[in-house]
Amino acid sequence: MSSIWGKILRINLSTGEIKSEKVPADLSNKFIGGRGLAGKMLMEEIPAGINALSEENKIFFATGPLTGTTAPTGNRYMVVTKSPLNNVIASSNAGGFWGAELKFAGYDMLIVEGKAPEPVYIAIKDDSVQIKPAAHLWGKTTSIATEILLQEFGDPKARVAVIGPAGEHLSPIASIINDFCRAAGRSGVGAVMGAKNLKAIVVRGTQNVQVADPVKFKEAVRAAIKKIRENGVTGQGLPAYGTAILVNIINEAGILPTKNFQTGVFAEAENISGETLAEKYLKRKDPCYRCPIACGRHCEIDGLEGAGPEYETIWAFGSACGISDLKAIIHANTACNDIGVDTISAGSTIAAAMELYQRGIITNAELEDGPALTWGNAEAIVEWVKRMGDKQGFGSLLAQGSARLTAAYGAPDLSMSVKKLELPAYDPRGLMGHGLQYATSNRGGCHVRGYLISPEILGLPEPLDRFSLEGKAQWVKTFQDLTAAIDSSGLCLFSSFALGAEDYAALLAAATGIPYTTETLLKCGERCYNVERLFNLQEGYTAADDTLPKRLLEDPMPEGPTKGHVHPLDKLLPQYYAVRGWENGVPTPAKLKALGL
Amino acid sequence: MQLTVKLFATLRHNRFKAKIKEFDQGITVEQAIKVLDIPEEEVSLIMVNGILVQKEYVLKDGDTLALFPPIGGG
Ligand code: SF4
Repeated sequence: MSSIWGKILRINLSTGEIKSEKVPADLSNKFIGGRGLAGKMLMEEIPAGINALSEENKIFFATGPLTGTTAPTGNRYMVVTKSPLNNVIASSNAGGFWGAELKFAGYDMLIVEGKAPEPVYIAIKDDSVQIKPAAHLWGKTTSIATEILLQEFGDPKARVAVIGPAGEHLSPIASIINDFCRAAGRSGVGAVMGAKNLKAIVVRGTQNVQVADPVKFKEAVRAAIKKIRENGVTGQGLPAYGTAILVNIINEAGILPTKNFQTGVFAEAENISGETLAEKYLKRKDPCYRCPIACGRHCEIDGLEGAGPEYETIWAFGSACGISDLKAIIHANTACNDIGVDTISAGSTIAAAMELYQRGIITNAELEDGPALTWGNAEAIVEWVKRMGDKQGFGSLLAQGSARLTAAYGAPDLSMSVKKLELPAYDPRGLMGHGLQYATSNRGGCHVRGYLISPEILGLPEPLDRFSLEGKAQWVKTFQDLTAAIDSSGLCLFSSFALGAEDYAALLAAATGIPYTTETLLKCGERCYNVERLFNLQEGYTAADDTLPKRLLEDPMPEGPTKGHVHPLDKLLPQYYAVRGWENGVPTPAKLKALGL
Repeated sequence: MQLTVKLFATLRHNRFKAKIKEFDQGITVEQAIKVLDIPEEEVSLIMVNGILVQKEYVLKDGDTLALFPPIGGG
C-alpha cells in the first residue's frame, strides 16, 4: 500500500487512444512525484528543439504522493510541459481541488499528447475516460465554460480545469484555471492546451488514497498541523490577511516595484494593502482542499463576489502600473481568470506598455479606441486585460507578454523579465539572494522556485542582511532544492513557513513507505533542479541567460531605503555555480554522477 | 527625539496606523515598544528606515520605526 497509485493516464488526442500505464517505480523513488517526476519524464519523452505549440509537445498534469491525502495542504498538482513563452521547462503549480480529485480518480498523473482535429474536452470519472466535443465551449470564458461543464457532467462534485480565450488564441502567457479561480498561471501552459484543441479536463474520483503506514502517517499529519497552527505566519498572518499583507512591508523596504520597476517606493501602497483589502472587500476565506492555512480570499465589490486578489496580482495591476484603485485591481484579477491569462505576466506587460507610452514609443494611434496607457489609469488595466482575450488588435499584442511586446517596439530592455518570464513583485536591487534566485530559476523570472524573501525580509527561518552577499549562493541552492522537493510532494509551498525538510520527509516516508530522510529529500530536489537545467541547456540556453533586466543591474534604485543599490549579479553567479557543482551554468559530469543522472 | 511609528496588520487594532511621537533620546526598539504599550510577543518583525533590525537596536532622532506581527506570503 502506498499513497502513489502507480498509475498514469495517457491520452493521445491525435489518435484518440486512451490508456493507463504504470509509473516507472525507479523514477518515482528518485524524483518523488509531481514536478520532479513529470520533469524527468518530459525530458525523456519529447525531442529537443520541437515547437512547444506543435503536436509533438506533451502536457503533464502531475500530482504528488501527498496530494489527496490528509496531509495539510495536500492539494497540489503541477502542469509540466515545454513552455511556449520561452522554450524552457514549464512547471506551473495549482491548488484548489482539481489535483486531489484526479488522485481520487485513481491516477497519479495525466499525460496529454498530440492534437485533436476539433475542440474537445476530457471527462474522467474513475476508470471511465472520454474525449468529448467542445465546439460549444470554444470562445467561452473559464467561468462560463466551467458552469456548462459541471451541468453537462451531471455531478456537482466534479472538478474542472479549463482554458479561456487567451489559451485558445495561443497567448504565451495563457493560464489554466481550475475550480473557477485557482491558476496554473505561469509560463503559458494554457496555450499548450489551446494548441492541442483541448478546452478542459473534468474529473471526478471516488477512491480514497491509502498510505503505507497509517499510524505513522496520522502522527506525522497531526504534528504538521500542530506546527502550522502554532506558527505565527501560517497560524495567524496568512489566515487573517492572505498574501496581500506583503504590500506594506515590501513597500516599507523600498522594493515594491513601481511603474515598471522605475522605483521601489509606491506612495499610495496603503490603498492597495492587505489591511485595506480586509477592511473594505473581504467577504470570507477561500481555502484549498485540506488546508488549515486558508490564505485564499473571497471578496465582494459592487454586489459581485469573486476570488480575491493575491499579493502578486495586487502588485502587478497596482504599483507596477501606478494604480491605487483596489476595486479596479479586483476587476482586473477576475478578468484575467476569465480570459485565462497569468496575472503577473498580464499586469507586468501592461506596465511595460505604460512605460512605452510614457516614452512616446506607443502612441494613441495604436490604442484603437481603448483607454490611454497612462500611469494610474484604472480603466486601462481592466479594459486591456479583457482585450487580451481578443484574437487581433493591440490587446492580442499585449497577450504576447512583455518580452515580445517591447521587442516589437525596439525597446527589449523595458521588459522586466528573466528568460522572457515577467518578474514578480520584489525589486532585486534590495534583495541580493532573491535576485540571484530570479536569475537562476530554470523557468525564468519567478519567486516560488526559492523564496528568499523569507530570510531576507520576513526573518524566516532566520534573518539575513538583505544587502549582504555572504552565504547567499548556498541559501539560494538550498531553497531551490527544498522547493523542488515540496513541489514534487504535492503540498503547498506556503506550508514551508511552518514545516521543515524533516517534516516533509516524515510525511512522505509514512505515505509511500520509501524511507525518505532530510538528506534524500533534498537530493531528490537537487536532482529535479538539475534535470530542469539539462532540459534548458538542450534547448540552447546558456549561462548568459542567467541574468536580470539591464535596469536592475545598472540603474541604482532612485529613492527610499534601497536607494543607490543595483543587483551585483556578476559577483554572486560564480559562487552559485560553484555551490551547485556547475561549470558556467552546466552541471559537471561528476555532479550528474553524484545525483545518479 | 521624534520618531515616525508605523503599525501594520493586527498591531493596528485599537491603536493607530502611523504617528509622529516624542521618545526619550537613545532608547532601544524594545523600550519604544514598551512605551507604545504593545505586548512584546505581538511584534514579530521590526524595521527601522526600511531595514530589518533586532529589538536591541538603538533609535535615533528622525527614524521611522515600523512594527509588524508575523507576516508571510508569496
Ligand atoms: S496556503 Fe493558500 S494556496 Fe496554499 S493550499 Fe492553503 S489556501 Fe491554498
